[in-house]
Amino acid sequence: MRFTVPEKELMFPGHVACPGCGGALAMRFALKALGEKTMVVLPACCWTIIDGPFPMHSLQVPVLHTAFETAAIAAAGVKAGLDIQGKNDITVMAWAGDGGTLDIGIQALSGAAERNDDIIYTCYDNEAYMNTGIQRSSATPKGAWTTTTPEKTPKSEPKKNIMEIMNAHRIPYCATATLAYPEDLINKFKKAQSIRGTKFIHIFAPCPTGWKMAPDLMIKICRLAVETNIFPIYECENGLNYSINIKPKNQIPVVDYLKPQGRFRHLIQKDIEQIQKSVDFEWELLQYRASRDFTKSKNIQSQAKK
Amino acid sequence: MKKVITGNHAVSYGALLARSQVIAAYPITPQTQIVELLSEFCASGKLNAKFIKVESEHSAMTACIAASATGARTFTATSSHGLALMHEMLHWAAAARLPVVLANVNRAMGPGWSVWTDQNDSLSQRDLGWIQLYCESNQEVLDTTIQAFKIAEKVLLPVMVVLDAFVLSHTSEPVDIPEQTLVDKFLPPYDLKTKLDLSAAKSYGALTNPDHYFEIRYKIQKAHDEALHVIKDVDNDFYEHFGRKYGVVEAYRCEDAKVIVVTSGTISGTTRGVIDEMREQGRKVGMLKQKLLRPTPVDELRSILYKAQKIAVIDRNLSFGHSGIFAQEIKSTLYGLAGAPPIYDYVIGLGGRDVTPDDIREIIDNTFKAESPRDTIIWRGVRL
Repeated sequence: MRFTVPEKELMFPGHVACPGCGGALAMRFALKALGEKTMVVLPACCWTIIDGPFPMHSLQVPVLHTAFETAAIAAAGVKAGLDIQGKNDITVMAWAGDGGTLDIGIQALSGAAERNDDIIYTCYDNEAYMNTGIQRSSATPKGAWTTTTPEKTPKSEPKKNIMEIMNAHRIPYCATATLAYPEDLINKFKKAQSIRGTKFIHIFAPCPTGWKMAPDLMIKICRLAVETNIFPIYECENGLNYSINIKPKNQIPVVDYLKPQGRFRHLIQKDIEQIQKSVDFEWELLQYRASRDFTKSKNIQSQAKK
Repeated sequence: MKKVITGNHAVSYGALLARSQVIAAYPITPQTQIVELLSEFCASGKLNAKFIKVESEHSAMTACIAASATGARTFTATSSHGLALMHEMLHWAAAARLPVVLANVNRAMGPGWSVWTDQNDSLSQRDLGWIQLYCESNQEVLDTTIQAFKIAEKVLLPVMVVLDAFVLSHTSEPVDIPEQTLVDKFLPPYDLKTKLDLSAAKSYGALTNPDHYFEIRYKIQKAHDEALHVIKDVDNDFYEHFGRKYGVVEAYRCEDAKVIVVTSGTISGTTRGVIDEMREQGRKVGMLKQKLLRPTPVDELRSILYKAQKIAVIDRNLSFGHSGIFAQEIKSTLYGLAGAPPIYDYVIGLGGRDVTPDDIREIIDNTFKAESPRDTIIWRGVRL
């Protein structure tokens, strides 16, 4: 089989991520796709640490660290600064965690998306504030344990649907990806790089430390998340045209995904049934969205491109 | 070319003539006209800049920081709550050593909502590493805005140009708008040596452990020490190009003055008239206008104020639980000088209450009469 993942590494092996970190591997693949003419903006998140303390730096591209809630606008500022100096062939990528994206950074992200600032915004989603020691975020799934949602009162609210929020901005490109499907992930970054405007990529990036699971299960849990429809792999152009990129052949029950993770160990049969129901509902909804064919409506297509 | 323009538009012309490259701003009264006119300059092609119409002041400052880190000349303007919302990123701009220029229109903080002037907004940002310059007239606003870029880029510190709400921001005065070619000579293109650049895969602002952090803070202080000289050099250089200069402080009729009134912002203009009038009556009174708050112009303040018998500081601001902030500044500057004059702290005009020549006369009369300074604030115009 042809190996389509670029061989060139833009991340040194000497980073300081935990074993089995999904966020670290995600960056490695993203930079393989984007190449050397890239600048990365990092708000407060695990990657603030992973990149290395001053004077160390584990990426072979320039990095601008910025405050927690500012990833999107900092990337837009870098892009504007480069453009006005005629350096307009550089890809600027904001790289933020789920807290920095779905919670504290959503205002700046929405602002950048509304202006259609020419950046790639990546959210590597490990479903909690992992850098501060596993506190719930609005990306934490219903039923999960975190240090602020203890087992007796696990998180009672469902995960915020950031993809739908971004799609509602009608930005040119939104996509999900995960580490069990590196070629899909890399292709999505390449596609994002070829499009002008705001691109949003949502990466499912497990945190074995925070999810209370063995580090060597990281890739497997990514695959299970997709095969159980917990985290479907799809993309959406202009907020309208959905396509599901990876369709599980046989749907596996969510319990197979939940069981290896200590953060779900308190769940009883009834809870698991509820999670299954809500996953089935969301999957059906996504399939419905993907089945709508707006390409036949010239009017909608021409409006979408505006 | 002379034009009758508001203080706000004087800022806009300053940012235009400085050839700002990236502007990011959010509307807030009474600043909005600054960025409205800049939007028009950008739309008409008069100014070749990227104008990012951000969704908050926090993002405005972040955009300026990020663009500045690439080597672009950046500008923003705000006021009051907008400046307060920027607070986190104001720290960031200074510690990242990026020469962002910001115009702040002094407006009181809520609640209750106020759009009128006092200095608590900018003074709340005093300790972050920004250079702060307070202006008295629209001409000074324009000239200081142009100077600010040169100062900022020489010492790699951000600069805040401060003007009073409405008294300057919305008041028209004749202003000499310099020729672009002359401004270009005075202020060459920005050339940041260490910047985000593909030729060097560096990281900026990374986690800094106790082995390195302290020295970075020390260097900010050293940059402020250097800024004291640079600000004066830039002012002199400006004088050579444009025939106007302002000084870090201005001593007005302070020779042989028994009482010196310390002012900032537009209260200086009101005081100037009262001083002239009282001098005609033979009263030995002068004014020290403090234009530069940070870095503190210690030598100038000491050498001028030391000669007075009494000092009256006028504060349109208040550090609750202590005193007026300029009074604290003056007290700490003179502390330890044997025979330093007593300092009287007048707090006046908060939330834009008018400060009239009568108020200044009363302050001066009261200071002449007072026997020994009280430790407490002397309130002017509080209706109890």
